[in-house]
Amino acid sequence: MIEERFGMERRSFLKLAAGITAAIGLPITAVPAVARAMTSAPRPSVIWLHFQECTGCTESLLRAEHPTLEKLILELISLDYHETLMAAAGHQAELARRNAMAAHEGKYILVVEGALPTRDNGVYCQIGGKTAIELVKEVAADAAAVIAVGSCASWGGMPSTKPNPTGASSVAEVLGKPVLNIPGCPPNPYNLLTTVVHYLTLGELPALDDKGRPKFAYRRLIHDHCERRANFDAGRFAVQFGDEGHRQGFCLYKLGCKGPETYANCPSILFGDVGSGAWPVGCGHPCIGCTEKGIGFEKPIHALAELLSVTPPTQFARPAEPQGKGSTLATVGTVAAIGGLAVGIGAKIARNLGDHREHQEEERTGRPAKG
Amino acid sequence: MSTAAPHGAHPAHPVREVGHELPHVPAGAAHEEAAPVGGRIWNRFTAGLAALVLVMCAVLAMRFIRGIGAVTNLNDGYPWGLWIAYDVVVGSALAAGGFTVAFLTYILNRGEYHPAVRPALLAALFGYVQAGMSVFFDIGRYWEFWHMFWPRYVQVNSVLFEVSLCITTYTLVLFVEFTPVILERFGWERPRQKINRVLFFFVAVGVLLPTMHQSSLGSLLVIFGPQVHPLYQTQLLPLLFLTSCIGMGLAAVVFEGTVSALAFKRHLEQELLGKLIRIGTTLGLAFLVLRIGDCARRGVLGLAFQPTALSLLFWIENVLFLVPALLVATERARRHPQRLFVAACLLAVGGLLYRRSAYLVAYETGAGFRYFPSMGELAVSVGLVAFEILAITIAIRLLPVLPKEPEAAESA
Repeated sequence: MIEERFGMERRSFLKLAAGITAAIGLPITAVPAVARAMTSAPRPSVIWLHFQECTGCTESLLRAEHPTLEKLILELISLDYHETLMAAAGHQAELARRNAMAAHEGKYILVVEGALPTRDNGVYCQIGGKTAIELVKEVAADAAAVIAVGSCASWGGMPSTKPNPTGASSVAEVLGKPVLNIPGCPPNPYNLLTTVVHYLTLGELPALDDKGRPKFAYRRLIHDHCERRANFDAGRFAVQFGDEGHRQGFCLYKLGCKGPETYANCPSILFGDVGSGAWPVGCGHPCIGCTEKGIGFEKPIHALAELLSVTPPTQFARPAEPQGKGSTLATVGTVAAIGGLAVGIGAKIARNLGDHREHQEEERTGRPAKG
Repeated sequence: MSTAAPHGAHPAHPVREVGHELPHVPAGAAHEEAAPVGGRIWNRFTAGLAALVLVMCAVLAMRFIRGIGAVTNLNDGYPWGLWIAYDVVVGSALAAGGFTVAFLTYILNRGEYHPAVRPALLAALFGYVQAGMSVFFDIGRYWEFWHMFWPRYVQVNSVLFEVSLCITTYTLVLFVEFTPVILERFGWERPRQKINRVLFFFVAVGVLLPTMHQSSLGSLLVIFGPQVHPLYQTQLLPLLFLTSCIGMGLAAVVFEGTVSALAFKRHLEQELLGKLIRIGTTLGLAFLVLRIGDCARRGVLGLAFQPTALSLLFWIENVLFLVPALLVATERARRHPQRLFVAACLLAVGGLLYRRSAYLVAYETGAGFRYFPSMGELAVSVGLVAFEILAITIAIRLLPVLPKEPEAAESA
């Protein structure tokens, strides 16, 4: 059954379940519960709305690898409305949404991707004749949970960049109540997946921080578990793109990395399932702080980050340490000349001492002899 | 300088005629037998020295305005170079004659060394001034020099702090010890008597302090740990530095005594110098025994027989400590002023090389780092030595430092 439904062997499936269990922070004894939830729990209906966005969140979700995430999404949940993925169009699509809402009233999950324009009564984004605001309020009214995926839905994101002509706002602002936010541009697909599985397994959403983000993913500063952190502490920095320090993989703080003020699990969860280093800082570009309101798309990318958890030393070593100059002909010559001069003077003094002694002996002859 | 001093004089074996008078000299007046040498201060020699000092001043101006990197070849691998390894570590050792002769004269109460006290103190004073100035030149943020005297900033567990504070204090003590000479010159009797009353304290402190910082100069290297080659790195470094500095200091006293006798055409105090060089070379032998014994005990003596430049240096230094002792081994040999002089020179050079090797050659901070003094550093070191010689020469001419010559034959 698992083979059919997930397109993977049971063994691999249990591994996935164990991985997800660990990601949520549940004990290993919870793995069977997770596996059971993934296989036997009724697939919740999911309605996925798109507003002011680039569909990057969906794109990144589609590229999840283990298992291929579209399979998991399509099989694990019942994705009843998703403008990018569904075959339906026009009135048929809207009908599917209304049907799903009616069939799963109070049980479906609403996922929102993209910010909502609020200026001029939200006329800048309309679907099927309804503004984004109307759509969100309508679908959220009977939803069991509302998940804002991506920075745009979480806090306005890129569309809300000043001067914010459309008045782009987050889902939470429009609904006037806190929702679960999974910010990022794009967010890591596994953070969304893990949140959903958490909900399926335990029947409730994971613990959230004060910005509505699941703590399992957004509790730590990027800076505090960054693979380049040791370079920061040692004062080894890239100062320009392509300089010696940059080539050596030194800390990108001086290039404007926002890791010190951005909360996300990017350094440990990585992107694209291609192994170590596959995240912005690992590739040599400073973090732009995409998960953090007021930092991503707001602070200049190469402006220095504010350090929330550490204070750097006042002086740093240079990335490439000069190793000193050796001897030159002039300095060796000078030293030799000084040495030669000293030896010469010493020899002359020693020779003069002979005369001096004779002179003194002559003086002494008149005096009583010594013992 | 103290009342105790004259009693040690041995009338049966007078070194000089004045030695007879010592027991009868009242307290505080023990030095009336010393007199300024007099003569013209400026001649071709002193002018040449002054020129070298001016060159140093020019380099130092650049150093203080444009920073230490503009003048020196120092780098993060070799943060200490010529100015520390020579001017401080070697310079203060060559100035160790001051406290050694004071110890012989006042603590061991041997009056026969009395004539050497003032010249040794004078040389020590300027030697330490030179060391202190070098430290000041070498401190990157020299404007924060005063921090080491400010209790709020001090780090009392630091060897370097001990060295710097001790050297500074000792320089002041040396100045106090030397003050009676200046007061005597100007005939200020009352302050001189007042100072003489408390001088015993300064003499005692002046013997204690150098033993502290001279051994600490070795402790500094102990802290460098494995960065110093095993032939040189040992827990005995403080003792090695102390014994070698006494040998070097006495060698310097003999050197200066000989040179001043020649330069000012004076009587050569041969027996006195012979006794001093004998103590010096004996300490040199003690150094040698300690050093080689320690190497054997630590099982690193084999490293000395590897074909490296460092092991060659190791043996050259050892030979330079051994040969002077052989040169002046017998009573007969010590009657040859040439032998005394050559022995003193070799001992001083041996100590100089030993310290240079320990601080710069045996010190390996990591692959790739290298150091050789720049022209600017050389100019400052040469200028400092020139300044020292110039100052001592002038002081000897103007102040009652050297014993009064009965025949008074000065014309330099």
